Amino acid sequence: MSQTKQIGSPDMSRSSSGPLPHRSAFEIRLHNINWWLTAVVAVLSLTILVPLYFTVVTALKTPAEAGTFSLPTSWQWHNFVDAWNKVNYPKAALNSGIVTVCAVVITLLTNTFVAYAVARNMDKRFFRFLYYFFIAAMFVPFPVVMLPIAKQFGSWHMDNVIGLILLYVVLGLGTNLFIATGFIRSIPTALEEAARLDGAGTWRIFWTIIFPLMGPINATIAITTALWAWNDFLLPLIVLTDQSSQTIPLAQYVFSSQFATNYPMAFSSYLMALAPILIVYLFAQKWVISGVMRGAVK
Amino acid sequence: MKGQNSDMKQSKPGKGGFSDRKVDRAFYWMAVPAALIFTLFLYVPFIQGVAYSFTNSQGYGKFAWIGFKNYWALFRDGRVGHAYIFTFLIAVVITVLVNFIALFISVALNGKIAFKKGFRAIYFIPYTLSVLVIGYVFKYIFMTPLPALGQALHIGWLSQSLLTSERYAWIPIVFLSVWQAVAYSTLIYLAGLQTIDTEVYEAAAIDGANAWQSFWKITFPLIGAFFTINLVLTLKNAFNTFDQVVALTAGGPDSKTETVTYLIYKGGLTGGEYAYQTANAVMFFIVLAVIAFIQLGISRRGEKV
Repeated sequence: MSQTKQIGSPDMSRSSSGPLPHRSAFEIRLHNINWWLTAVVAVLSLTILVPLYFTVVTALKTPAEAGTFSLPTSWQWHNFVDAWNKVNYPKAALNSGIVTVCAVVITLLTNTFVAYAVARNMDKRFFRFLYYFFIAAMFVPFPVVMLPIAKQFGSWHMDNVIGLILLYVVLGLGTNLFIATGFIRSIPTALEEAARLDGAGTWRIFWTIIFPLMGPINATIAITTALWAWNDFLLPLIVLTDQSSQTIPLAQYVFSSQFATNYPMAFSSYLMALAPILIVYLFAQKWVISGVMRGAVK
Repeated sequence: MKGQNSDMKQSKPGKGGFSDRKVDRAFYWMAVPAALIFTLFLYVPFIQGVAYSFTNSQGYGKFAWIGFKNYWALFRDGRVGHAYIFTFLIAVVITVLVNFIALFISVALNGKIAFKKGFRAIYFIPYTLSVLVIGYVFKYIFMTPLPALGQALHIGWLSQSLLTSERYAWIPIVFLSVWQAVAYSTLIYLAGLQTIDTEVYEAAAIDGANAWQSFWKITFPLIGAFFTINLVLTLKNAFNTFDQVVALTAGGPDSKTETVTYLIYKGGLTGGEYAYQTANAVMFFIVLAVIAFIQLGISRRGEKV
């Protein structure tokens, strides 16, 4: 795995970035493009774009018209209003937003210093043990602890948004620690030693020197945690019992088992569930991809 | 003066290769509370689960210890057996398809194509979407437009909804899993492909290697580590298939598409089989651990060669 460590910041666009000094260079590049391969890639990308297109057009049709890939003959914008009210979308979106933001912020503020303590003391038996103690959790499949967690959280009165946030922070620790320790160990200790000589304590060293240096890894942790907490269905399903604390995926689950026959309205609601993350992704696409990739190649 | 100057230096190793230096107390404050919370929310439930598997608890009220009865019952339960076989079959099919397709797409995206960044962004979209919600979209596609297409083209097996067919209901589940998982695998392969120096290909081209040869002789061996990561991750996720089943078939028709995770959830939380399904979960854990060890052994041997 040593070769994978070299790519700290993946740059996929090596061939297409950089200045184009004159036209001829551009022409050479155009000449080099394999248009057959481009066509194949374009056709294959339809497997992703067509279902999304289908979601949009179905959301805007009348129930009688739904079920084909054609454009709607009359655009039924009121479907969105109906779905908005039926699913109580603002409440679900607010819950999902709170869960995602809190999970990301608390994960960043806690998992990082756990990783720091472990990474800097791997030569000590106790911290080496802790490292494996945390990492081992990555290999415990969630179904194994699912039933006891559901029962425990109910009896501790944590079957709510707070309990859910806590679970994301705790269950993500193994993976986040795994990603972060390698990075921290690559930071030279000279800076910390100098700060220590100036009288700074370990906590202060962490917050003022190490945490800012962990920028790229923090971005990776933030992105993967956000995608997980926003899209997750299983944890809300087993933890949340109160209808007022439903997240978006859970609200969709309840909704689709109740009003399954009005497909355009259901699709408006699906579209509203998918839209926030699609919009964020549209603008932060490069950042999201490089962040996830950095975590993957660790 | 809390900080010790010797903290960061490598001091003489003590017994067993571990250092004897003193560790600043702050490091314990950073790590130990986390370890306690971790124990409380992960390892305690795990041990509780194992303990409950030897009882006849329904998840509430009184219960009695019944030894290994749950486990013997599991082996004779046809529904459980079917869930295991179903989970393994779709996990293998999903893993093979995902890696095959992701390899192809990543090589294409890494090739000399136009609009590289745009296509890369499109192919990654499924990873950002909720499996459950996009699953509902696919459910409708499999229910209405697809059978209509099958009827128009006179394809017998496609003329009815695949979701209600005992023989074919696995296809939509595999399709949705693959559709979603290819995005992440493609990204890992792309990361691997970028570690390869393009000069290698130029040299191979001069030596007269065609695209097929240079893929199998150069590309594939060089991204071997990424292939292993992808196999492990895809298989792990596929074994835990859950959202797809909830969205598409709810285990039906006639329990034919229940995965182990789905069965544990359904029987344990809504079917009054709490202790029985914790036993199932423990068995699932053991089976997965055995598979992980076998996988580890194979990849170790592969790296030695």
